[in-house]
Parts: sequence; C-alpha cells; structure tokens
Amino acid sequence: MGATSSIPQGATEEPDLTQDPALPPVALDPTIHDAEEAHWTPLKIAIWVAIALLGGLSWVMLAVVRGETVNAIWFVFAAICTYLIGYRFYSNYIQKHLLRPDDRRATPAEYKADGKDYAATDRRVLFGHHFAAIAGAGPLVGPVLAAQMGYLPGTIWIIVGVVFAGAVQDYLVLFFSMRRGGRSLGQMARDELGRVGGTAALIATLTIMVIIVAILALVVVNALAESAWGVFSVGMTIPIALFMGCYLRFFRPGKVTEISIIGFVLLIAAIVGGGAIAGTEWGAAMFHIDKLPLAIGIIVYGFVAAILPVWLLLAPRDYLSTFMKIGTIGMLALAIIIVRPEIFVPAVSEFATSGTGPVVSGQLFPFLFVTIACGALSGFHALIASGTTPKLIEKERQTRFIGYGGMLMESFVAIMALVAALSIDRGIYFAMNSSPALTGGTVEGAVTFVNSLGLTGVNLTPEMLTQTAKDVGEASIVSRTGGAPTLSVGLAHIMQQVAGGSGMMAFWYHFAIMFEALFILTAVDAGTRVARFMLQDSLGNFFPKFKDTSWRTGAWLTTGIMVAAWGAVLVMGVTDPLGGINTLFPLFGIANQLLAAIALAVCMAIVAKRGMFKYLWIVAVPLAFAAVVTITASILKIFSSVPSVGYFAQNAAFSKALAAGETSFGTATSVEAMEAVVRNTMVQGILSIIFVTLAVIVIFTALQATWHAWRTHANATNEDLAVPSRIFAPSGLMATRAEKATQAEWDARPSTGKRKAREH
Amino acid sequence: MSVAAAVRTAAAGLAWYVKGLMGEDAYEKYQAHHESVHGTDAAVPAMTEREFWRDQTDRQDTNPQGRCC
Repeated sequence: MGATSSIPQGATEEPDLTQDPALPPVALDPTIHDAEEAHWTPLKIAIWVAIALLGGLSWVMLAVVRGETVNAIWFVFAAICTYLIGYRFYSNYIQKHLLRPDDRRATPAEYKADGKDYAATDRRVLFGHHFAAIAGAGPLVGPVLAAQMGYLPGTIWIIVGVVFAGAVQDYLVLFFSMRRGGRSLGQMARDELGRVGGTAALIATLTIMVIIVAILALVVVNALAESAWGVFSVGMTIPIALFMGCYLRFFRPGKVTEISIIGFVLLIAAIVGGGAIAGTEWGAAMFHIDKLPLAIGIIVYGFVAAILPVWLLLAPRDYLSTFMKIGTIGMLALAIIIVRPEIFVPAVSEFATSGTGPVVSGQLFPFLFVTIACGALSGFHALIASGTTPKLIEKERQTRFIGYGGMLMESFVAIMALVAALSIDRGIYFAMNSSPALTGGTVEGAVTFVNSLGLTGVNLTPEMLTQTAKDVGEASIVSRTGGAPTLSVGLAHIMQQVAGGSGMMAFWYHFAIMFEALFILTAVDAGTRVARFMLQDSLGNFFPKFKDTSWRTGAWLTTGIMVAAWGAVLVMGVTDPLGGINTLFPLFGIANQLLAAIALAVCMAIVAKRGMFKYLWIVAVPLAFAAVVTITASILKIFSSVPSVGYFAQNAAFSKALAAGETSFGTATSVEAMEAVVRNTMVQGILSIIFVTLAVIVIFTALQATWHAWRTHANATNEDLAVPSRIFAPSGLMATRAEKATQAEWDARPSTGKRKAREH
Repeated sequence: MSVAAAVRTAAAGLAWYVKGLMGEDAYEKYQAHHESVHGTDAAVPAMTEREFWRDQTDRQDTNPQGRCC
C-alpha cells in the first residue's frame, strides 16, 4: 500500500520510458490517436450531426415546447446525446490537454502486480466493476425528491452537471490516484495540501461517511416501516446471504456466478413469499414493525454485520447486489424505452421559486443542487475512484472510458429514476412524500393536505390512494417518505406495462424495494467498516495500540463508536416530529457535495503544482460551483431566519414556545416532541457548521497551494516513478483501427500469452 | 459464419463478461500472475483454489472498501 517512491518536489527530469525492443509497441504514438480523431469521414460526420440534431431536438421538446404532457423518451434522448457529445469532445479535451496519459508508462496494476489487489483487468469488465461500485441508492433517491420542483431543473442539473462536474471529478481523481500507485483521497490530500488540509479532509471524510450511512439507513427504515411484506423479504436477504457465504467458503469456493444465480432465485422466492406471508394474520402481525424498533434493529444489524467476517455476509451480499443492480437498471432502461410514459408534471413548479415545497424545503438555488448530489456530482465517488479501481487499470488511457464514462452511466440511472418518479400521478407523489407531520399519516389527511397545495391539474381523491396502496400490496402509501417507495411505485407502474399487468404491480413494487434495500444495507455495512478503520488509524496516532487492526477489543470498540454515531442520527431522523427525511436529506446532499469540493480542491492543487495553469479552469469551474452551492446551502441552513430552512431559526422558534410554556407548536403536539425538535435542530445545525468549516479549510489550503505554485512556477509532482510498460490494450470501449492493428501484432506473438507481467 | 456459430460466440462472450464482472476469474488471474513470476518453481507453490478464495475475503476484512451511496 501507499507510495513506493516519488519524484521529489521540484524534480522535472523526464523518466526513461524506452520500451523493450523485443516487444510489439506497448503504446500508440499520440500523433496516431490525433490523426484518427481528426480523420472525419462523411459517415462519421453524418453520425455526429445526427446525434447533435437529435439531442438538440430533445432539449427543445423538454425545455421550450409547452404541451399538456411530455414524453419520457425525450429525457432518454437528451441524456444519451449530451453524454455522447460530452464524452467524445469534452473528455477528449481533458485527456489531450490536462491529463496527457502516457501508455508507455506501466500502471500500478502492472508494476505492482500481485495477482490479487493489483491485477490488470479488461477495460470493459472494469467499467462494469467501477459502475457497480459507484452506483447505489443515491442517484435513485435524490432525483425523486427533487421532482417536486418540476422536471426541467433536475434534468438540466443531472445532465449538464455530470458532463462538467461529476464525470470530471471521477476521471481526475481516478487518473491522479492511478499515477500515485492507487493512493487514497485522504493520502493525496495530505501529500498535496499539507498537514492542516490533510487532517481537515480526513475528519470531513469521516463525519460525512457517518451522515451518509445514517441517511441511507433512514431511507431503508422509511421504506420498510409498517410494511410486513417489505420487512419479511428484505429480512430474508440475511439468511440467503449467510447460506451463500457458507456455500462459497466450504462447498464450492469461487463459483461466484453459480451461487449468485441461486441467491437471485431465492430472493425472488422471498419476494413472492413475502406477499403470501404478509397476507396471513400472523405474518402481518409479526413483520409489521414500527419505525423506531426497525431503526434499532438496523443499528444492531449494522454492528453485527460490521464485525462478522467478510466472507459470511458482506461478500455474498455484494455479489447479489451487483447482480441485482446491473440487471434491474438494464431492465428499467429497456422498459422506459418500450413504454415511453407520458409525463404530466410541469417543467418548473411553483416550489422552485417559493421554496415552500413539502418534500424538501428551500428554493431551487442552492437546494436543487444539494438534493440531487449523486448522478450529477458525487464526492463519495472520489473514495471509490481512489480505492480499488486505480489498482486494476490496465493502461493509462483507459481512465477516460472508466472514470468519465462510468459516471455518465450513473447519471443515466439518475435520469431514469427521475422519469420513474415523474410518471406517477402528481397528487400521489405529494401524498407519498409529504411528512406525516403534514398529512397526519391518514388518507383523508393526505387528500386534504395535497389538494390544499393548490397545484394545477392535481385533484387527489381518497380512492386513488387506497387503490394504489392495494395495487402495490401495502396497507397505506401515505407519507412513505425517503424516495425509495415513490421510485418503487414508479418502477412498478412502468414494469407492469411491460410484464404482468396490474396484477404484477405488487411484485414489481417489492422487487424495487428489495433492490434498493439490498445495496443500501451493503453500503451501511461497508461504510461502517471503512469508517472503523479510519477511526482506528486516527486514534492510533494517540494510542498506538489502535493501529493494530487485528486487536479485537479495539475493533469492536471503534465499530461501536461508528455505529453509535450514525445510529444516533438515524434515531433522530426516525423520531423527528418535523418528518426526518426532509430536514436531514439536505445534510446528506451538502455532505456529499462538500466531499466533492474537497476532492476537486485536491485535484486543483495537483494541476497547479504541475504548472498547468492554462487548463486549471477545467477543475476550478466545477470546484467553484460546488463550493458556492454547498457553502450557500450551509449558510442558509445555519443562518436563515425561515424556520423550515434554517436549523437554528427552527430551534429558536421551538425554544421560545417552550419557554412560553406552550404544550404544542407547529407540527409537534407535545412538550417532548418540542424538546426533540430543539435537540435535533441543534445537532443538525452543529453538523452543518462542522462540515462547512472543514470544507472551507480544505479549499483554502488548496487555494494556498495553488497560489504558491503560481508564484514559484512549480513543476512538481508526487507521482510514483514512471516505469516502462510491457503490455498493450486498447483504450476505449471499441478498439480503433490502429489499436486493432497493434493488438494483432501482440496476438500473433508465440509466447505464453498476449501479456506478460513484469519480472520482479 | 453460421447462425449457430454466431450464437455460440455471443454466448461465450457473455459468459466471459459475467464471469469477469462478478470477479469469478480472480483465481485464474492469480494463477497466471503466479506462473509468470515464479514459473512452475516448486519452491514457491501457488495457493490452491480454496486457499486463494479464503485469502481473498480475509484480505477484505483488514482492508475494507466503501460502496457508494
């Protein structure tokens, strides 16, 4: 792990990358790549003109044409055409001018090869791996909540944001980490920003991790509470995973696909069986669990799962999760293209400007940009892009396809989630996503509340809510906040048109709930483990014994601390009289975007130290945007005088009411509830202050490093020493003509294989 | 190429991809790596398949990787 060697700061000499003359070329000359790109055949021109026209037409249909409805297919075309153009032109520009990958250099997978953690992996396979690691519940939940502002703001932010911010961040972090032997973001922050910036980045990462795990867990609790079917089928994933783990450990080691298929069949059985069991009296009684006990159950589960060996629970669950993820996302994409649902939601709703939306409070700027984090710009990806993926990359030029391309895929997932959420009736959408504090948790309350919003075209009836609940096999769908149930209704609505009809809606709904819960629980488990190691590492600086990660007591203690931290936030969200998700979700988005700002700040320092100021804007523009959005959002959360927006304003309002001796205030109906609000808003407010302070420190140290580099005309790097490569592989999804020719030379070699690892 | 052959090629390609994606080819990659470094030198024996998979999950115990949200 870590750096083996690095060029001392200030060193500029070109490493010798002369390749072994006995081998066919390990890299194509950059001029060949340039020539291939510049060679515009009439066919190529026609294709790109068609892509541009279709993309342009789709944007016109979405943004300019104002009909009664808009068809979902335009979202798909607008997204895909914009991604293609962004990938072909902008990521190419970044590659050519800013990153300048050099395929003559060996990647860590080659020069550190150990056949295990460092192993050259086919680019198409690695693309799938990387995508499965970055795509989780985030891109599915955020767009659903942001749908209250209308379809257009979210769509523009997801598509434009990914091209200029999210995919750029992923690509840069992946590339820089690869050039540093796969070093983590935290290590890079320390190398580039010094002790203060590095420490701030580390603490920020740790606290952000806690918040993210807590809010993901809250999404699961909200989706499963009071749903016997959901609790049973998701609960069954635990014995299924344990069985798979034992099968792989003792019976047939390594038969991963086989056991994943068995596990998948069992999962489907659990979903179908869940319906039958929830239909019985004892089943409904046994698995109908309220929010608080369920939250405590998840906290206990989180602790146990994080101390169990990986092979028993985490690894098999990971296999299931990957299998379900790729399968379901592919299926949804296909279904949207086949069904092409009509969307009745206005392009921009009144809540975008008024900021009084019941789903999440606040105006479009900045709250849209923090509500949709994953899918447009997600800081968490920086941890993945500086984790496993850089250790598996075969050739430097492949970082563009995997880093930039992988993020475009996630953005597409977010667009599909948005379409699914938009395709359900708007009245039902608001009934599901308004907190119980507003709807009273009853059908009548929800109908009264939603119709009182005065939304044009919305006329909710009690029958609509009871019928939908019946269709999806739930007792009620009122105030099922958190995004996951809404997405599941949308997905069920679309899927039943392709397969099964309305009789299958309940199955598809619970399939979707299962699919989200599965990878949220994996993220909770893995997040707790990562956080525990980070905590142990930090504590180890003061108490050296903690550095020993095999020390049981220490491991249990630190795991307990991390679980207690996210568990406290989870319980706070579950018991919050104000609704929980709508007050906490902004914190999730802000945390994630601040992590993105930290990652981009590290990238900016790296670029500046290389002296590449001419192209610094590629990093500086998304960094400035992320910084402005998150700092504004944090400041509003801290200082806003509007109680629904500002944590401390809310705190003051409730404190005042308590002091005045009132026994109910706003949506809190008892003194305890009022005290809970005072407590919760204080914690949330303090968390906001911590996040924004840490992020400002990191950004400031990055600016300092950048300024210093500018003054001293730096040309330094912390990269590992360049080692000549001895392998070849094409860079993009498809091999180009020149790459195919070179590949043929390698394939024609009579030796042991087309690639040969470097001798030690 | 006949239709049957084309289907066979496609199925083989799909199987290769799924195997790679699920990480099922990890042991093969390890073996290939081990052979390229140590040859068939009996002094440094490669791990058996069972040992390898145990080692793989046990390494994750001490070096966890986050999953994204």
